[in-house]
Amino acid sequence: MDARSDVLVLGGGLVGSSAAFFLRRRGLSVTLLERERVGRQASGVNFGNVRRQGRALAQVPLANRARAVWGQAQALLGEDLEFEPLGHLRVGWTDERAEAFEQHARDVRALGLELEVLGREQLAARYGLFAPGIVAGSLSPRDGHANPRLAGPAFARAARREGAEVIEDAEVAHVARTGSEGYAVQTRDGRTFRAARLLLACGAWSQPLAAQLGEQVVIQARGPQMGVTEPLPWAIGPSIGVSTHVKHEGLYFRQVRRGNVVFGGGLHGPASTETGLAQVLPHHTLGQLHELRRIAPRFAQVQLIRVWSGVEGYTTDLQPVMGATSLPGAYVAFGFCGEGFALGPGVGDVMAELIDTGATSTPIDAFSPARFRAAG
Amino acid sequence: MTAAPRVVIVGAGPAGVRAAEALVQAGLRPVLVEEGERDGGQAYRRAPPGFTRSSAERYGADAPKADAVHAAFDALRPHVDHRPLTLAWNVAPRELHVVHDGQAHVLPFDALIIASGATDRLLPVPGWHRAGCYSLGGAQVALKSQACAVGARTAFVGSGPLLYLVAWQYLKAGAGVAAVLDTSPRRKSWAAVRGLLERPGLAWRGWSMVRALRAAGVPVLNGVHPQTVDGDDAAGVTGVTVRDASGGTQRFEADAVALGWHLRPETQLADLAGCAFDFDTATRQWLPQIDPDGRSSVPGIYLVGDGARLLGADGAEASGRLAALAVLADLGVAADRHALEAPALHARLARLRRFRDGLAQAFPWPHRAARDWPDDTIVCRCEAVRAGAIRAAVREAGGREVNRVKAFCRVGMGRCQGRYCGHAAAELVAATVGMPVAAVGRLRGQAPVKPLLMSTQGPAERGEG
Repeated sequence: MDARSDVLVLGGGLVGSSAAFFLRRRGLSVTLLERERVGRQASGVNFGNVRRQGRALAQVPLANRARAVWGQAQALLGEDLEFEPLGHLRVGWTDERAEAFEQHARDVRALGLELEVLGREQLAARYGLFAPGIVAGSLSPRDGHANPRLAGPAFARAARREGAEVIEDAEVAHVARTGSEGYAVQTRDGRTFRAARLLLACGAWSQPLAAQLGEQVVIQARGPQMGVTEPLPWAIGPSIGVSTHVKHEGLYFRQVRRGNVVFGGGLHGPASTETGLAQVLPHHTLGQLHELRRIAPRFAQVQLIRVWSGVEGYTTDLQPVMGATSLPGAYVAFGFCGEGFALGPGVGDVMAELIDTGATSTPIDAFSPARFRAAG
Repeated sequence: MTAAPRVVIVGAGPAGVRAAEALVQAGLRPVLVEEGERDGGQAYRRAPPGFTRSSAERYGADAPKADAVHAAFDALRPHVDHRPLTLAWNVAPRELHVVHDGQAHVLPFDALIIASGATDRLLPVPGWHRAGCYSLGGAQVALKSQACAVGARTAFVGSGPLLYLVAWQYLKAGAGVAAVLDTSPRRKSWAAVRGLLERPGLAWRGWSMVRALRAAGVPVLNGVHPQTVDGDDAAGVTGVTVRDASGGTQRFEADAVALGWHLRPETQLADLAGCAFDFDTATRQWLPQIDPDGRSSVPGIYLVGDGARLLGADGAEASGRLAALAVLADLGVAADRHALEAPALHARLARLRRFRDGLAQAFPWPHRAARDWPDDTIVCRCEAVRAGAIRAAVREAGGREVNRVKAFCRVGMGRCQGRYCGHAAAELVAATVGMPVAAVGRLRGQAPVKPLLMSTQGPAERGEG
C-alpha cells in the first residue's frame, strides 16, 4: 500500500522543512522526502544572513514575513537557532553607493522596512572597524544573523513533532500526475508516495523534477566560498556586507557568539548536484583575505582556520521560483540564488498558506515559474 | 617530454629526504617544502642554531641513522629547491599552495610526494585541557629540540613505545618522572609477541627502558584506566589519578602530564587532494589508500612515511625512496631503478608492517574509554565541546555520522580541525549510536591545513580574480 498524505514536500532544506512545519500547523497531513539529510546542503552551509535590505524590492514583503518567523523561531521550535537580531549593515566604497543607499532606504520604507543611512564618521564612531575608504553605510537595525547548521534540522524536527512524516535517504526519481486525484512520486529505491498536492523545494536539484511538472527552469549549481577565523573577543554585532558592482569585492562577514568571524562572498566556486560537492578554490580564499584586510585592516593579524562550500541553485534572472505551476495542486519554491537562508522560514510559511488556501497574503507573483514559459 | 618534470615533496623528514635523494640521483631538481626551520622531521629533528648537544645525546641509539639522513640532506641541498618555513596550506589539481613569510605561492607539479609525518594520537582524560598537559610527542620535542622538560615532575600516560621512550629520555636527561601509566594490559597475545619479534633489537631496547625506569624507582603500571588529570583551570596540573589493573585508585603528584597513544598520520593534504581512505581495523583509524609503491588513488599524488603508514623512521626512509622511484618510472624518467630496488624495499616495508601490527595488538587504542567519559569531559579542546554535547548531538539532534555531529555541536571545528579530537569524537559517536566506529565515518579535511594568517599576500598571478 503506497503512503498517502494531503501534501508531499520534496526537499528537506530550510524551505521544505519549514513548509512541512507550517502545513502541519494548518492541519494538513504532510510527508517530506529528503534525498540525503535534512538541512545539509545550501540551507546548512551558507553564511547565515538574516537580511532584508539590498534585495530586489519584490522580495522585501517576503523578507519581512520571514523576519517575523525568525523572531518567533525559538518559541515555535523550542530550540535556539542562535538568531542574533543585532542588525545588518551594508557598507560601500564610493559616493555612488551612498546615493544608492539613500534611494534604497526610501524605496523600502514604503514596504515597511526602516533603514538608517550612515556616513563615514558615523561608521567610525559606531564600529571603529572599517578602513577610511569605506564611506557609506546602511543599517537595518532589526536584522542580523543565525546559525545555518541548526536551522534546517530544527524545523524538520519541529515538523516531525507536529506530526509530519520526515523521510531521509529518499531521493525522488519521478513525479507524475495521476488522473484527477493528485500526484505519485517515486523514489530511486522504488518507494511510491501519493498526495493530492505537492511542493517541489529541492534547491539546486530542482530542475529535472520541475521539468516533470511541465516547468522548464534552468538552475545552475554554484558553490559559495566560505571561511571562518579563530575565535576573537566579542566585538562585532551586526552582519556586515560590502555593496559593490565589482564581484570580487562583494565580501560579507559576521561574528558568532563563540567569537569566530564567519565570512564569504566574492566569486563562486564549482559545485555539482551529481556529487553533492562544491569546492573552495585556493585563489578565491586568498582574494577574500585581501578584501577583508582592505575593509577592516585589523583582520590582518587574525588566523583563518577553515573554509567550506556547498551546492546552491541559481536561476538565470537571479530571482527565486515560487508559486503554483500550470498543474493543479503542484507548487514550487527553489532557486534562491544564495539568498535563501533569510527568506527560508518565510517561504515555508507563505507556501503553506498558498497550498492550504490557494492564495497568499504576501505578494509572490514576481517569482512565478510562469515567467520562464515560452513567450509568444 | 619537453621540460623537466616538476616534482614537489612536502616534508623534509626521513621520507622526504630519501625521496629527494632518489630524484636528484636521476637528475631532477625537486622542490622540497618544509614547514619547520630545519630538516630531519620529528624523529631526527635537528637542533636550532647554537645548540650544542651531541647527536648521541639527542637521538640515543638512533644517532647513526639520524646523522646519515642529515648528511644526505646536506649533500642534496645544492640540488633541490629547498623551501623551509613554508606551509603547504592547500592543494588543487596539479598545483600545491604554500605560504612562506606571509607570502602565498603556487607550486605547479607533475608529481607530488606528501611526506607530512604524524602527530600524537590522543584520547581525552577528564581534566586534560588544563595547563601542563602535553602530548608525548610535544614533551619529546621540548627535550630533543630545546633541551627542556615540560615539567619538573612529569607523569606519562598512554600506550605504545613512545610512552616508554619519552619517559626514559626524561629520566636520562635528569628530569623528574612521576609515573609511567600504560593503558595496555601486561599480558601480550602471542600474535602481538610474534609481530614484536620481527625487530628483536627494538623490542629489547623497549624492555631495557622499562627496566631502567623501574630501577630508578619510577612507578610503571600496566592496564590502567585514567580517571582524571587533576588540578584546576587556573593553577593547572597537580597530578593524575588512575584506576589500576586490580581496580584500586592511585594518584600520582605531578606538575605536568604527557599523553599519547601511538600516532596518527597527518593526512589533510591527501584528503584535500581527493585521495581515497580505508578504515584500518588494526589501529581503528582511517588511512589513505596506497599501492605497494606509495601511489595514492589520485594520479600524480604519492604518500610516504608516517603520513601514509605508521612504520617509523626506517619505514619512512624506505617508503620515501620507493615512491620517488615510482615517480621516476611513472614520469618515464628512469624505470629501471624502480625495477631494481623495489623488491628489497617492499620486503623491508612488509617486515616493518608486521612489527607495526604487533605493536597495535600489544598496545591497543583503549577506545572503550569513550563510554565512561563523564558528560562534562572536554573532548574538543579548541572549541571546548564536552562529551555531553556530542552525546546530545547524537541522541537529540539525530547525528549518526561524525561530520553531521560536527555540524550540530562544533566538535572538530576549531583551530586543529579535529586532528587531535577527531578519533575520540568518532569513538564517542559510535558508542552513543551503537555502531562500529568505521560506520560513523571520518571527519573531512578542509583547508587550510594549518591556520593561515589573514595578512597573507596572494601570489602576483591571481587567476581570474
